Amino acid sequence: MNIHEYQAKQIFAKYGVPIPKGKMIEKPEDAKDAVREIGGNIWVVKAQIHAGGRGKGGGVKLARSLDEVEKYASEIIGMTLITHQTGPAGKLVKKAYIEGGIDIKKELYLGMVLDRAKELPVMMASTEGGVEIEKVAAETPEKIIKVEIDPLTGFQGYHARELAFGLNLTKEQIKEFGKFAKALYKVYTLNDASLVEINPLVLTADDKFIALDAKMGFDDNALFRHPDISEMRDFDEEDPAEIEANNYGLSYVKLDGNVGCMVNGAGLAMSTMDIIKLEGGEPANFLDVGGKASASTVAKGFEIILKDPNVKAILVNIFGGIVRCDRIANGILEATETIKVEVPIVVRLDGTNAKEAIEIIGNSSLTNIISATDLGDAARKVVKAVKGV
Amino acid sequence: MSILVNKSSRVIVQGFTGKEGTFHAEQCIAYGTNVVGGVTPGKGGQTHLGRPVFHTVKEAVKATKADTSLILVPPAFAADAIMEAAASGIKVIVCITEGIPTRDVIIAKKFTDNHNVTLIGPNCPGIITADEAKVGIMPGFVFKKGTIGLISKSGTLTYEMANQVVLAGLGITTAIGIGGDPIIGTTIIDLLKLFEKDQETKAIVIIGEIGGDMEIQAAEYIKGNITKPVVAFIAGSTAPKGKRMGHAGAIIAGSKGTAQEKKDALAKAGVTVVDSPADIGVKVRDVLNK
Repeated sequence: MNIHEYQAKQIFAKYGVPIPKGKMIEKPEDAKDAVREIGGNIWVVKAQIHAGGRGKGGGVKLARSLDEVEKYASEIIGMTLITHQTGPAGKLVKKAYIEGGIDIKKELYLGMVLDRAKELPVMMASTEGGVEIEKVAAETPEKIIKVEIDPLTGFQGYHARELAFGLNLTKEQIKEFGKFAKALYKVYTLNDASLVEINPLVLTADDKFIALDAKMGFDDNALFRHPDISEMRDFDEEDPAEIEANNYGLSYVKLDGNVGCMVNGAGLAMSTMDIIKLEGGEPANFLDVGGKASASTVAKGFEIILKDPNVKAILVNIFGGIVRCDRIANGILEATETIKVEVPIVVRLDGTNAKEAIEIIGNSSLTNIISATDLGDAARKVVKAVKGV
Repeated sequence: MSILVNKSSRVIVQGFTGKEGTFHAEQCIAYGTNVVGGVTPGKGGQTHLGRPVFHTVKEAVKATKADTSLILVPPAFAADAIMEAAASGIKVIVCITEGIPTRDVIIAKKFTDNHNVTLIGPNCPGIITADEAKVGIMPGFVFKKGTIGLISKSGTLTYEMANQVVLAGLGITTAIGIGGDPIIGTTIIDLLKLFEKDQETKAIVIIGEIGGDMEIQAAEYIKGNITKPVVAFIAGSTAPKGKRMGHAGAIIAGSKGTAQEKKDALAKAGVTVVDSPADIGVKVRDVLNK
């Protein structure tokens, strides 16, 4: 789960990570009140969407008067912001964050993420602040300093020193940086974050560090112990079909093709997409009905797949382990009774009770159900069915 | 021979009397696994499925000489269960539970490493040595005895691949689902080492997927260390970037962890890489006949 910049900054503030004074608004008419609360004489108005690259897309504006703040707020709230991370359709901006201006001496980068190969969280710093960090990593990897942190012993002084000397900080700055980095470690670890990124981290004219931007993602598996963070979830930022699928214990990702697929198990679901492509088709989605697939989850699966008007045929691929295939077969028949499935359905059931399942499908009066014997056969039949339409 | 579990493995089930624990323990017993008891805190002293129940793993190990544990407890308690097993003298821990926070897994894994214990999973179907012991949730009938060692990040895809291997006239020595989480107890390399030494295993199948770089590390290792033929499939060639594909670990981050990158690395290391998930069985047979 990801959150907005203003929410990440609320969390930062709670743990003592310095942030500029700011306020989130949803209506442009609240802009002036927000500015009066913040004070100062220069402000930044920032679009609040989960995607990065907001500045280049016109979603971040510098304002020098109350009127300018209001003007930019009214431009930004309601705009469709297109960045390299939103895709060509862009994202509708519903919230803006107004922040007091900062006297910037230097822009740096500081982040934390899980290093899967090392099996530890790492903190990363770079002198190349304000630039896309992926670009820095690809072009000048030596400009990124990384320290691994063992969660059993936590953040130590040497972690801070390695990063600070790598950033060429002065003695006074190093002390300040150490406090900042330690607080950031707390933000990451105590909230089960999967990512914390400050880009840029600003060194101010008076040698203080301040988080000018803030990006946070969380480990979904740990949200159960962070109800405060779960509440920050913004459903507007997610695909409605994916949310609906999640509510029923299904895992769904929409793609651009026209062959819908419903599979039990994530690995088999990905493989099913892959083989559809290899046979000359294009998968319309990833859909894992999970280990506890039932008649009702299958019905829901069909409903979700068919919401996509591009779908011209559906491949149901179930390898029954815990799941019994006869139960899935009945689920398919029940589902097609309640939901009108007009596209051809290729069904491949294998594993536990597969024989009974194939009989159930064979005895049904439905004409748009095509039985397949194995994975290759199923993929060929569904691609043929799409091309025949 | 086989790896990690066999018919003399003495298995306990943590979360024994729960719904999942009961169902899968019954299935394991029916397969012939030597299930010697189980643990459910608060239910010690009872008998369940004809086996003794204990409050703690320590008691269970003392009374039954258990050396292997199958963990089927909810995610919030799973890391605790792993560490309890490791601290109590269990040597092979198989954690099926899906949805354990990553921070908990990191700590639990450090703990099992410090105790010299093998942790398989979490978020996996478990391990099966054909005709000997099933310590997991896979459908046992699929895994007919043979000479192929199977390592997989997946659940149902493992069953699919094992089934293909059997249909190709071959069979399985041991199959291990290592799990689809970002951090897992036993890596592909750990298992390659064991299969290389296992005399019964003639060829090894690796079923990988997008996310992380475990397959790339495995490719590096295979180059200098594995003499047996290896066949591999990587799921997720068509997966979009930045989207989690069901498994917590199955995500292409930036441009890292793609199927193509992994396939290239494996092919370079001399592994037979198949593009179609339907071709594994046939390819394994071809490689063995060479």
